[in-house]
Amino acid sequence: MADLIAKTPCEGLLPLSVGTCTLSEVLPDAITSVSPQSGKTRAVSDALKKARGLGFPSPNRATGREGARCIWFAPDQAMLVGPIPDPIKGASLCDQSDGWAIMRLKGAGCVDVLARLIPVDLRASVFKRGHTARTMLNHMPLSITRTGANSFDLMVFRSMARTAVHEISGAMKLAAARKAQ
Amino acid sequence: MRITCPHCGERDLREFTYRGVALALDRPAPDAGAAAWDDYVHLRDNPAGMTRDLWYHSGGCGAWLVVTRDTISHDVISSELASTARRATK
Repeated sequence: MADLIAKTPCEGLLPLSVGTCTLSEVLPDAITSVSPQSGKTRAVSDALKKARGLGFPSPNRATGREGARCIWFAPDQAMLVGPIPDPIKGASLCDQSDGWAIMRLKGAGCVDVLARLIPVDLRASVFKRGHTARTMLNHMPLSITRTGANSFDLMVFRSMARTAVHEISGAMKLAAARKAQ
Repeated sequence: MRITCPHCGERDLREFTYRGVALALDRPAPDAGAAAWDDYVHLRDNPAGMTRDLWYHSGGCGAWLVVTRDTISHDVISSELASTARRATK
C-alpha cells in the first residue's frame, strides 16, 4: 500500500514574520459545519454545550476558546473548529476539514494590516474578542474572528490559500514599511 | 454605497451582488395567462426615485435581501430579508 503524504493547506508558505506581525497556520483536528434544523437552534446549542462546553453562536459571534471554537458562518449555520463532533440531534453536520485554510495573524499592528484588505471595521472598540464576520479578503470569501487583543483567525477556501498568503504578506510588508517611516 | 444586512450589519457595496427589481417575490400563478407572464418575464419599469431590489450578500452571510433605495439621491432607505418580505406578501 502506498504511503500518502498529507499536505496542509498552507504547506511551504507559513509561518512568516514581517515587522511586528506573524502569520501562521492553524491546524484543527476537524472543521465541521453545524446547521440546526428549523426551530432546533436552542436544542442544538444545549447539546453542544453538554458535549463540548460551548453554545451555538448568535450572528457575528464565536463561542468557545482555543482548540474548540464554534464560529457563526451564515443564518442557521456555524462552523465547529477543533473537535470531531458526535452526531447532534436536530442538526445537520458536514465534515469540511479539507475545505478550508485557517491562518492566524498575530502581533502589534495586525489591525492595520487587515484594514488594507478587509472592508469591515476591525478596531478593538468595535470588533471585540469573540466577534466574527463573514466578509471578503480583497476578492476572496473570508471568515474572520478576533481571538485576542492582537490576534485574528482567518478562514479562506483551501484552494485560495496561496493567494491569501500572498495578499496578506504583501499587506504586512506595506504596513511595516509605513510604520518604519 | 453601503447596505445594511439584517444579519451582518452595515457593509460595503462590494460584498453584495445585484439581482434586479424584487419581482420574484410576486411570481404570477402558472395559469395566470400570457399577458401576466409576459409582464413578469420581460417588462420592467425604469423608475427615477424609489426602487425595491433584490441583492445577494455573496461576500458575507449568503442571504437574499430586499433593499429599498432612491435612484435619484442614491440613499439606501431600508433592507430586509427576502424570506421575511415574501412571508409578508403571502
